[in-house]
Amino acid sequence: MISQLFILSSKGDRLVYRNFRGDGGDDVTDAFYRAVTSLPGDQAPVFMAREGQHFVHVRHGGLYVGATTTADTSPFVLVEFLNRLVTLLREHCGTLSEKSVSVNVALVQELLGEMVDFGYVQTTATEVLRSATHGEPETTKAFSLLDLRSVGLFGAETQQSRVAPGSVTNRPVLPPRGEQGGRREVFVDVVERLTVVIAANGTPLKVDVQGEIRLKSFVPGACELRMGLTEELSVGTEEQCGYGRLPLAAVAFHSSVDLEEFEQERVLRVTPGPGEVTLMRYQLAEDVAVPLPFRLLPSVEWEPAGRLRIHLKLRCDLPPKNHAINVVLQLPLPREASSLAQELSSPEQTAELQGGGRSLRWAIPRCQGGAQLGAVFRVQLPPTPPLGLGPAALTFELPALTVSGLRLRWLRLSAPPGAPPGPPQRWVRHLTHSDSYVVRL
Amino acid sequence: MPGMQEYVQQPLLSGLRDRASYVRRIAVLGCAKVHRLQGDAEVDGALVNELYSLLRDQDPIVVVNCLRALEEILKKEGGVVINKPIAHHLLNRMADLDQWGQSEVLAFLLRYRPRSEEELFNILSLLDGYLKSSSPSVVMAATKLFLVLAREYPHVQADVLVRVKGPLLAACTSESRELCFTALCHVRQILSSLPGHFSSHYKKFFCSYSEPHYIKCQKMEVLCELVNDENVQQVLEELKGYCTDISVELAQGAISAIGSIARTYTEQCVGILTELLGLQQEHITSAVVQAFRDLVWLCPQCTDAVCQALPGCEDIIQDSEGKQALIWLLGAHGEKVPNAPYVLEDFVENVKTEVFPAVKMELLTALVRLFLSRPAECQDMLGRLLYHCIEEEKDMSVRDRGLFYYRLLQSGVDEVKRVLCSPKSDPSLGLLEDQTEQPVNTWASEFNTLAPIYGKARWALVTAHQPGEPCYAFSPCTDSGNRGTGSLISEGSKEVLKVHPDTGSLTLIPDVVLTAEQFEKTWLSLDISCQQSLPWVGTVHPDTIQTALHVVHIQTIAMSKAGVQPWKAYFTAQDDSGCLFLTELLLEAEDSGMQVAVKQSEAKPEALQAFMSVFRTAVGAVAGLRS
Repeated sequence: MISQLFILSSKGDRLVYRNFRGDGGDDVTDAFYRAVTSLPGDQAPVFMAREGQHFVHVRHGGLYVGATTTADTSPFVLVEFLNRLVTLLREHCGTLSEKSVSVNVALVQELLGEMVDFGYVQTTATEVLRSATHGEPETTKAFSLLDLRSVGLFGAETQQSRVAPGSVTNRPVLPPRGEQGGRREVFVDVVERLTVVIAANGTPLKVDVQGEIRLKSFVPGACELRMGLTEELSVGTEEQCGYGRLPLAAVAFHSSVDLEEFEQERVLRVTPGPGEVTLMRYQLAEDVAVPLPFRLLPSVEWEPAGRLRIHLKLRCDLPPKNHAINVVLQLPLPREASSLAQELSSPEQTAELQGGGRSLRWAIPRCQGGAQLGAVFRVQLPPTPPLGLGPAALTFELPALTVSGLRLRWLRLSAPPGAPPGPPQRWVRHLTHSDSYVVRL
Repeated sequence: MPGMQEYVQQPLLSGLRDRASYVRRIAVLGCAKVHRLQGDAEVDGALVNELYSLLRDQDPIVVVNCLRALEEILKKEGGVVINKPIAHHLLNRMADLDQWGQSEVLAFLLRYRPRSEEELFNILSLLDGYLKSSSPSVVMAATKLFLVLAREYPHVQADVLVRVKGPLLAACTSESRELCFTALCHVRQILSSLPGHFSSHYKKFFCSYSEPHYIKCQKMEVLCELVNDENVQQVLEELKGYCTDISVELAQGAISAIGSIARTYTEQCVGILTELLGLQQEHITSAVVQAFRDLVWLCPQCTDAVCQALPGCEDIIQDSEGKQALIWLLGAHGEKVPNAPYVLEDFVENVKTEVFPAVKMELLTALVRLFLSRPAECQDMLGRLLYHCIEEEKDMSVRDRGLFYYRLLQSGVDEVKRVLCSPKSDPSLGLLEDQTEQPVNTWASEFNTLAPIYGKARWALVTAHQPGEPCYAFSPCTDSGNRGTGSLISEGSKEVLKVHPDTGSLTLIPDVVLTAEQFEKTWLSLDISCQQSLPWVGTVHPDTIQTALHVVHIQTIAMSKAGVQPWKAYFTAQDDSGCLFLTELLLEAEDSGMQVAVKQSEAKPEALQAFMSVFRTAVGAVAGLRS
């Protein structure tokens, strides 16, 4: 049961507040913000108790999306509901930020009124909510120099303009009422998260791949969607994994997915309404050898006067046609470093000291598959025993690639009767990003 | 507006019969709202019947709303009644509900008790699919229902916990930090009963670089609990990596995690901790020395290794906790550290600039102890320290402690030895601590509530503040209020304790002889027959409790030192029929209340009642004297 629900900005300003059961004071958001900012270090902020009430919150885009509740409520329901609320807000407002919420307060209030009655969740389905609300979303457009990118050079159709930029999905899923059309598009994203620990001798200690197939539909009304996955897929222990198989340890499908053809053909069938839905979540079996995208070859020399010479060689083991972007390497140092000298292999790379000199940050905007990057750093430290360097942590994104090899082979759409002519635009995107990629030194 | 209600009544009733499900949904909850507005008004029987019949409605949300409304309206009578037809009807409708409805109905079904084994297993097989749901909240609600329904079938419970492993691990590595945290808390709950349950998946609990602090802490706790012979090497290797983390809290947390694994895998862990001293970092050295202190108390076999590692630490440690730990180690095991007197001498030299009174107190005790084993090297500086504490010190507690030792020394070395040379370790406490596997049924009813999120100690604290919760409030010796409370246990209150009416049916035999080993064996072989929380504020004075319980013929077996957290103590007592009462006291944190667990060698509820009341009275008297 949810007594009150609120959305606060990162500074604690109340953006949305709703009291479903008429109890509790209006100062509840202030109390929450005070509690969450002054929490002792050994306590977790997700759930907090105050005078017989319990606060629960999730953080998204710098906002606190929170609720007060009673003790006997399931924590999983609460967290899942708040996460679902965030998804719905994103669908209706385009993006989730302080600005987009504050210009859409009326719509958000209307949504909350339909979703929750007297503290009980009624429905969170996008199409149901759409039919019950009347507010129109106001979109916020941030001016960005990056948008200039999409201007074609001399009118030529560049690579850039043919790929859907990341920001196109940041708009409300439903076109304004009364306007037919809008852009009818369907996005299917296969997103994988990579968690890796590599030992000092280069052997991977832990490789964990978690993936999701997400569908975001901007097509009003229902249309049937069929998609074929990589055929080498095998689930659980149903068959022994032979060569070239892609064994998944655990798979969970959304309840709307029709799995009739999945066993034989690896085909998912779904009839989505407008909105975002996670069709499938999977986890790669632990014993599969996944090709790791990066290899780090460090060599460190400790000089007596507290100087430290670090030579890092970063090899990108992706296929040559793929590349990694936003690669950042963080290397913790044993003591506060006072100065840094660097030799980097290209001018677009940067390196700096962070956290008062406690860590070294090396940023590489783009790295082509097969490339090898070298860098030499000289760091001045206070006199220190030659211990305590690392481990290095890498973050990166691999566009158009899934490390597990799971791909969408094809995607077919059958439009409902009476739809405007021409098939809706289909976008299939593959992406891998690093959740945690740690290399011990 | 009292007049409004009669106008609401009629539209509400017609709303319940409206053709649109949307209207019915709102009307059903409207009944609950009106009931809440009316406060303590009579429950309208006709309305309740109407709502019960609406449980058969076409619309799934109306069904769930009916359950919610009935629950609120009938709260005083114990909530909505789930009988066999309703239970089976709900089970059949489960498939139509969305995830929120499913989780809620599964929670309502907890109330239903199947009549026969056959029915029970039919229900369980109907629910089977929900253990595989894509929504973690449905999976957890189904798990809880399985655990509660199958409370007499431990193998079914174990089977369910194996099947829920996958979804739980997926939630633990979920992208949503909050979900991840919630799942980790429940993993810890399961581990408290089945320590080996997640051991083969230990890698899933390695911390990620980008995770927030509170998740890393939970993961480290989980790692400590699932460590076994096969994975200990890898887990320690991983924890070692965190010890050099930039975040001071995380580094210290990792070191104390290694310290707690050291209770089982002493040699490896002491090796790692000693290695960390080589980094010569202030916060690391301090945490390592504290881990050493706690370890030496529980595992005396590592004393030599620890003593060899200590020299050199004194220059690095700056904080109060670390200094106290180092000084305690030097005092208690000074005969094994060659330069111990010189290290303490440095502390004595600088005592004037020392800011923490606790460090000075620790220094006094340590130096008097060391004086007993190495008198020649310590006599001079002990004199200087005592002089400073008595003549120049402004902190009263330090001054009093100084005077106390001064007078004690005046009464002769033998007397000092008798007072100070207590055992230097207590391995039995460590063994008892490790063997706390609770049966699943002790927490099944708390699964998927907020209790596992806060953990036992904080949960007790949180619920203690709730109004209306039956909280045991003991006013000690109300009829002896005029008696002085200056002495710890006055003659007067002794009498009160003895003539307490409840003790009539119970006679405890004085001077029961039970060794620590016997106690431990019996303790491990029995189940907890009674668990309670007593109000307690502040720290514990073990001697006071020991005296108070001795008066009522309850003997002390083992106790933690004063001021240690969590504070633990074990007691035994025997009545005239030979029934043993073994008792554990646990104070997890200040202000969290004293947890009492009693085990009984023969199941006698009346005797247990009587014993509990004697015990409460005695402990309550001590609590009362303090407040």
